[in-house]
Amino acid sequence: MKMIKNALNRFIPERINGQKQIPFKGVDKFKSSGKITNPQIRTCAEYPADGNKIVKNLKDALKKAGLKDGMTISTHHHLRNGDQLTNILFDTIHSMGVKNIRWFPSASFPCHSYLIRYLRDGTIHHIEGSMNGPLGKFTSEGKMKGVGVLRSHGGRYQSIQDGEVQIDIAVIAAPTADPFGNANGVNGKSACGGLGFALADSEYADKVIVVTDNLVPFPCVPWQIQGNNVDYVVQADSLGDPSKIVSGTTEMTKSPDRLLIAEYIAKFMDEVGIVREGFSYQAGAGGTNLAVILYLKEIMKAKGIKARFIRGGSTKYLVELLQEGLTDYILDGQTFDLDAVRSMHDNINHVMTTPFTSYNYHGKGNFASMVDAAILGATEVDINFNANVVSHSDGYLLHGIGGWQNCLYSKCTIIAVPSFRDRIPVILDEVTTLCGPGELIDVIVTERGIAINPKRKDLLNTVKNSSLPIRSIKEIQKEVYEICGGVPAKPNVNKKKVVAVVKWVDGTVMDSIYQVVT
Amino acid sequence: MLGIKKGSAGKRGNNVRSDCFVEIELTKGKGIKSSVLSKVSSMYGQDINDLIITMCDFFEIKHAEVLVEDNGALPFTLAARFEAAYKKLRPDDSREFLPSMNKNNFYLTQKDRMRRSRLYLPGNEPKFYPNAGLHKPDGIILDLEDSVAPSEKDSARYLVRNALCAVDFYSAERMVRINQLPLGLNDLKYVVPHNVHVILIPKCESAITVKDVEEEINMIKAMNNVSAEIYLMPIIESALGVVKSYEIATASDKVCALAIGLEDYTADLGVERTNEGKESLYARSTVVNSAKAAGVKAIDTVFSDVDDVEGLRISVIEAKALGFEGKGCIHPRQIKVVHQAFAPSEKEIEKVKKIVLAFNEAEKNGIGVVSLGSKMIDAPVVKRARHIIELAILNNLLDKNWNN
Repeated sequence: MKMIKNALNRFIPERINGQKQIPFKGVDKFKSSGKITNPQIRTCAEYPADGNKIVKNLKDALKKAGLKDGMTISTHHHLRNGDQLTNILFDTIHSMGVKNIRWFPSASFPCHSYLIRYLRDGTIHHIEGSMNGPLGKFTSEGKMKGVGVLRSHGGRYQSIQDGEVQIDIAVIAAPTADPFGNANGVNGKSACGGLGFALADSEYADKVIVVTDNLVPFPCVPWQIQGNNVDYVVQADSLGDPSKIVSGTTEMTKSPDRLLIAEYIAKFMDEVGIVREGFSYQAGAGGTNLAVILYLKEIMKAKGIKARFIRGGSTKYLVELLQEGLTDYILDGQTFDLDAVRSMHDNINHVMTTPFTSYNYHGKGNFASMVDAAILGATEVDINFNANVVSHSDGYLLHGIGGWQNCLYSKCTIIAVPSFRDRIPVILDEVTTLCGPGELIDVIVTERGIAINPKRKDLLNTVKNSSLPIRSIKEIQKEVYEICGGVPAKPNVNKKKVVAVVKWVDGTVMDSIYQVVT
Repeated sequence: MLGIKKGSAGKRGNNVRSDCFVEIELTKGKGIKSSVLSKVSSMYGQDINDLIITMCDFFEIKHAEVLVEDNGALPFTLAARFEAAYKKLRPDDSREFLPSMNKNNFYLTQKDRMRRSRLYLPGNEPKFYPNAGLHKPDGIILDLEDSVAPSEKDSARYLVRNALCAVDFYSAERMVRINQLPLGLNDLKYVVPHNVHVILIPKCESAITVKDVEEEINMIKAMNNVSAEIYLMPIIESALGVVKSYEIATASDKVCALAIGLEDYTADLGVERTNEGKESLYARSTVVNSAKAAGVKAIDTVFSDVDDVEGLRISVIEAKALGFEGKGCIHPRQIKVVHQAFAPSEKEIEKVKKIVLAFNEAEKNGIGVVSLGSKMIDAPVVKRARHIIELAILNNLLDKNWNN
């Protein structure tokens, strides 16, 4: 495997799974040209005039769609850890004797560790999307046939639009659908909220199969997925386990250290002037992030102001802000709990968004850069403010990128991390895997202090006389190294074997993940 | 050689965090064989192996099999677990393997310092230590008593000792609650040499108990050349203790405060502990009165429902009204609430500002007797006013340069 060095001095393979790669050139430095991918021309005359696209079962639909070896099959992750359809899908593909599939999910979950058998027997060649938990471990140990490709949600849209990934068959799990293929995620026993992550698949895949466990007569409204893009509709008994699709309620952290981080973040946002009438920010569903919402709420109430919009990751905590008039809109990319699903169903100001509106690199702008602040997590950061969100300090790939890279574009990007976990320091000299360049990361907040990127002189100036614990990142690092017992050793990896790569939002390659030596 | 060949200490299992399990088996010949299973082996595997070798050398262990199951224990914990396991094999070995004293851990305390909040840290749970001080309690208590299971008492001593050396509690007062006497007297040698500020004496029922603790401390101080003051906080937790509270408070000039513990007290009375607390009003008032009569602070019991923030706030306000100046905390989330509830009101602050200003003015002009309006201001009033000013500044209710 020939390796080349990119603009961040990270080594990346020249070719991945046979495709030639472009090394990362710098933030916003790479401009692609040409035309956005065209889907095949369709003719409505070829589809049933009565709008009934129902086929007998998934196997039939796959046959009609022309499934064969080496194809790219896509799925979405709105059913999260409750998804059973994807596992059934690959059981079916396996039973048809088809091999070497490129699986292109918008994300994977621990429930998909079931698919390891199909990675082993060659039904699946490799994964492009995310490799979480057991799938990540499998990949890290060098057991996947091809090289994994990790993309952000926006990067996934980009890769479809510029033709880097041609989806042959999209299989869209739909909590509610009609025989025409209109579908949504807000109704039905498997309700999951929005279906935004399946939008690109529905528009650009060669063939689109909608699978539903709640078939309703035409029209299925709202039609988050339009039947005009759908080839076949399949009825299933069940898409998955509703209790794992959405949690009853999302739980806020009770960890005093995380609460302290959240409090620092809210106070910081207030002191630097972000929390003002009409502001916006990107929330998430992690415990620390939810606590930030509560602290911000106190500040907003005390000041008598409201936000114009909050992007989520929506949960009951965001829904409460909307109901109490503390934000005009929720722009929702992913719906995490039952309160949020209900809110999206009932409240027109709780709006579904997609990676196209929010994150896509090939759009004429996107929402991510318009947000006043984004609060994100990380597995590691380094003294140059670079961050890692996919691998751990022992070298194992365990998480996907999600919308994380895309959200780095916000006006003030705040990374919330503990300064160490057990004995694992989080602020390193150099991150194990570079997923986000330091030039886009403005602030790192730990329970031991707030480090501001020296590039943000304006922020440093504003908090000059603050009572908040503003410290240099090296000072926090030094303290933590003393606690943990010195500089940690680097992970033991085989630099000759790349098991996965991290793409940047523009499709260039940012870093490589290597086989862990066990 | 004694009969016992295998000693172990620490915690094992999947739910363990920031701790480890160490087992040492003495063997005949073959040298030191160690087997380390660590969650952080790729980062600190070498350090862990080095520590095992260093400690074997220190205790002159020549032949042994050492097993370490590590779930991210910090070095001070690893060393404490190793030593505890080893001392089970050689209980008579008095050598101690001490972590070096953290350079930030040499600060001292004062007898009348602020003690609004004291955060209890279970003596055998190292994961809570490194961040405890970040939540800014006035004091932290490393607890060797009720939070430690009887079988873990020895283990906890090494851990607490190592924590006093290695862990930075960020200027919180460094307290240790020892066991009930006589066991508690044996705890002292593990903590007195390592800059402990206050020893809490549980279930104290007599002046003699206080004096016994003081004497033992003095002996250990002399042996270890410790000159810093170590204060005592007896905890009144029984009917008898309440009756003897004045005698206890005046037993030594090292007593800096009297604390009350209501779980045991209500059990002693044979009644249920209620939120209204009628059953303990007499005891609380008596303890406050004894403390004040002895010229020391009175500190209230803990509030045990961590989720009930409002209940805690009400309980502190009530304690403050009775004359208590501090509260025990069992979770860091309680600290801020306790501080806020002990904070003076705006009206109080305005009043004491006037008192302090009038006093300063009079002093400047060499006037002995100070009056504000029609009221005379004497020294105790000024002292109390200054204390309230300090509280106001600590709670960000008053700028520290307010009188410039």
